[in-house]
Amino acid sequence: MAHVSMAVNGRPASADLDPRTLLVQFLRENLRLTGTHVGCDTSQCGACVVHVDGRAIKSCTVLAASCEGAEVTTIEGLAVGGRLHPMQQAFQDNHGLQCGFCTPGMIMAAVDLVSREGSHLDEAAIRHGLEGNICRCTGYHNIVKAVAQGAREMGAAATPRAAE
Amino acid sequence: MSATGIGVSVKRKEDIRFITGKGHYVDDINRPGQAYAFFVRSPHAHATIDKIDASAALKSPGVVAVFTGADAVADKIGAHIPGWTVHSKDGSPMKVGSFPALAHGKALYVGDPVAVVIADTYAQAKDGAEKMVVDYGVLPAVIDTASAAKSGQPQIHEYAPSNTVFNWHVGDKASTDAAFAKAAHVTTLDLINNRTIPNAIEPRAALGEYDSGTDVQTLYTTSQNPHVARVVLSAFQGVAPENKLRVIAPDVGGGFGSKIFIYNEETVCIWAAKKIDRPVKWTAERTESFLADAHGRDHVSHAELALDSNGKILAMRVHTVANLGAYPSTFWASVPTYLYGILLSGQYDIAAIYCEVDGVYTNTVSVDAVRGAGRPEATYLVERIVEKAAREMGRDPADFRRQNFVKSFPHQTPVILAYDVGDYPKALDKALELADYKGVGARKAASAAKGKLRGVGFSAYIEACGLAPSQAAGSLGAGVGLWESAEVRVNMVGTVEVLTGCHSHGQGHETTYAQLVCSRLGIPIENVSIVHGDTDKVQMGMGTYGSRSGAVGMSAISKALDKIEAKAKKVAGHVLEASDQDIEFKDGKFTVKGTDKSIDFVSIALNAYTAHKFNGQELEPGLKETAFWDPPNFTFPAGVHICELEVDPQTGVVTIDRWTAVDDFGKLINPMIVEGQIHGGVAHGIGQALMEAAHYDADGQLLTASYMDYCMPRADDLPSFKVDTIETPCPSNPLGIKGCGEAGAIASPPAVINAITDALGHEDVAMPATPQVVWRAAQKAVAKRAAE
Repeated sequence: MAHVSMAVNGRPASADLDPRTLLVQFLRENLRLTGTHVGCDTSQCGACVVHVDGRAIKSCTVLAASCEGAEVTTIEGLAVGGRLHPMQQAFQDNHGLQCGFCTPGMIMAAVDLVSREGSHLDEAAIRHGLEGNICRCTGYHNIVKAVAQGAREMGAAATPRAAE
Repeated sequence: MSATGIGVSVKRKEDIRFITGKGHYVDDINRPGQAYAFFVRSPHAHATIDKIDASAALKSPGVVAVFTGADAVADKIGAHIPGWTVHSKDGSPMKVGSFPALAHGKALYVGDPVAVVIADTYAQAKDGAEKMVVDYGVLPAVIDTASAAKSGQPQIHEYAPSNTVFNWHVGDKASTDAAFAKAAHVTTLDLINNRTIPNAIEPRAALGEYDSGTDVQTLYTTSQNPHVARVVLSAFQGVAPENKLRVIAPDVGGGFGSKIFIYNEETVCIWAAKKIDRPVKWTAERTESFLADAHGRDHVSHAELALDSNGKILAMRVHTVANLGAYPSTFWASVPTYLYGILLSGQYDIAAIYCEVDGVYTNTVSVDAVRGAGRPEATYLVERIVEKAAREMGRDPADFRRQNFVKSFPHQTPVILAYDVGDYPKALDKALELADYKGVGARKAASAAKGKLRGVGFSAYIEACGLAPSQAAGSLGAGVGLWESAEVRVNMVGTVEVLTGCHSHGQGHETTYAQLVCSRLGIPIENVSIVHGDTDKVQMGMGTYGSRSGAVGMSAISKALDKIEAKAKKVAGHVLEASDQDIEFKDGKFTVKGTDKSIDFVSIALNAYTAHKFNGQELEPGLKETAFWDPPNFTFPAGVHICELEVDPQTGVVTIDRWTAVDDFGKLINPMIVEGQIHGGVAHGIGQALMEAAHYDADGQLLTASYMDYCMPRADDLPSFKVDTIETPCPSNPLGIKGCGEAGAIASPPAVINAITDALGHEDVAMPATPQVVWRAAQKAVAKRAAE
């Protein structure tokens, strides 16, 4: 067993885990934060994207033990005080989701994209930036629109991270 | 039109839980004392299972139980009864057998589950499975579609000589042959409709639970049709009687057809839960999804088109070999027959058509319905050969299509279907305008100046959906009726629950169905809840597939709302002291005709339940109605898609520059959701056309069993889409709607390939047109041009 402790969505979380436990398993099974999904278990589909110390990672291929002391944000931690993050709101406004399964990873990846690349993203930059997230439902058309809106609105906030 | 009624792009009610991570998918559910299942799968495509030694696995830490095919046989669990029986042209029924829920005696494809290991944790189940020893006797395998029925091939099932499931046909051979005999020109085309893997992003999952107190078994499962799952698990798989079996399909992360079927893994979870008296959970890893979810398409066809000297299509003749995989599956045989052959008239007025389809067994996973199911295969064939004919006749492909379109309705095709309504030239004209077809020449020249080849491809598709009149379906071999049911439950304070037998796994029913109720009853949309996906809550249902949830599912709701309105008027008559014949209902208000006496819907709901204003012996208290809607006809969505793309002859890379879609779905409930369905469908079809293919090697190993090997369309592979509609209301349902869920996937593959062949000077390419395929064709085209 390995003792692991980290901060998840601003709250301390710790457990004694089988050392092979993946971060996504720790989040889903131990903390019951089931918004982070597993679509492929090979870091190809992006349904499992969360933020670790401010960077998007695919939690299906990271050991929980390697996140010792980290600050982790999941989809459940994105809305603050009951107010949706602008990227979440943008996905609803633009019908950027259908079955909803890829959506948490897509939103987490999009927030990270804007944090890294800034809020002035053209269509090509958004499409390139979402290359690591697969959606079977939407054909990406409305996801691209959603991310453009979310980026603009994140840009309108004081700093991108402040909105998070 | 209210702000949340029919025809408005209302934002989706279900979105909030999905964008905040609060959805409830099967894998999100845990039950107390739950154990985990891991399946031991055959590594061979065709093999005898000589011996299974579970002793080491059973000693592995945490392992609770191991079950094999022998246990399933002993408990009489499992039987792949197909939901549709197709007859061969000689009148004999298709050749099918029955199989236990775990392979017994023989494994028939790579990934075939032969045993299940159940343990306290998933990792322990997987570790235990590593210790299973299975002795296989490897047999030669049948993999290739085209040669599966040829002599000299190993025979997979003793009851199916030549590995043939059926030799089916439709249409009239004599009149078709006669038309070919007098044709001025015959266009021929050989094509392969590539095998694809559905790839819902949520993998299949199942959680079985047994309550020994009530003897009730509950299965949480990733299903598009929980009631169908229940009847199959009960009547055919032998799990439990229907009244002791509850099937719950909560939020489901995409289906695309693959979650219609009742698979061994789900059956095993619920069976095993009772055996060990603990909940048993299984969630597919992605490679298991690739191996064991039913695949789609996989046709090899030869097609001929007979034309007169003016370019009028006289007749069509088609021979198709359809790979059906190793085992029968739920829709299976109906897909390459009644969802394929009867669509071969396309949008065209063709006097004679004859189509033969040979369904064959191979040592591959079952092939069944995937988004479009048969109709994409028909459209691909029709639109490829029509495009080729136009080119051979030296005709503009748009004009050639227009000349041959069906122009008067109703139109009886020579292949069973009778189209009810449509306006094909109108959709074509609108698409040509939106696509700026007039500007293509200039754009081609501009591309050529950059060393690129630009092409334009058309697809004028038709589909038959809204499955289906039960009597007609039954006469064609369906094992079930294809009605849909609805219950509208008005609560005492005027809020409403709608219970539907359809299931939403991305389609947005919680919004669109509520829009209908909102329009009809004049109540706020937030006062309407849609309930689906639980056989204990919803009375009955046939589920969601074949674009039926609008045309059939909403029609059932509409019918139940008619009954609600009629009953509410009677209550209102008593309250307002007037005859119910004199009550009008509009905008949520009941009014006595010609007076200002009125009462709102909420008050009537309360009165219906208090029953103080009428005699409860004469009028039943309550306001709750159920309806079953059996559609009187298929619906016929149709449209024109135009793909314009650039080929880089140096690399073979194809870049789609513009996509124009003009579809006729009849009346639209929520245009935003309809557009979303088109986007997703087109992307799925572009995936098939450019990148997706299930590749088995000659030994039956699936080479494309991960996202590193199976190429899914990603955001930077696709363009934005220009989507518009025309509207000819469907005459066969009260809402005038046709269905839109599959249209994009049906329309798009031929548009892409026609555009590539246009760019390459008519050099043929096969799907998927990967850069390598396109590069080779481009080299040939360049060499030919140089030689000319």
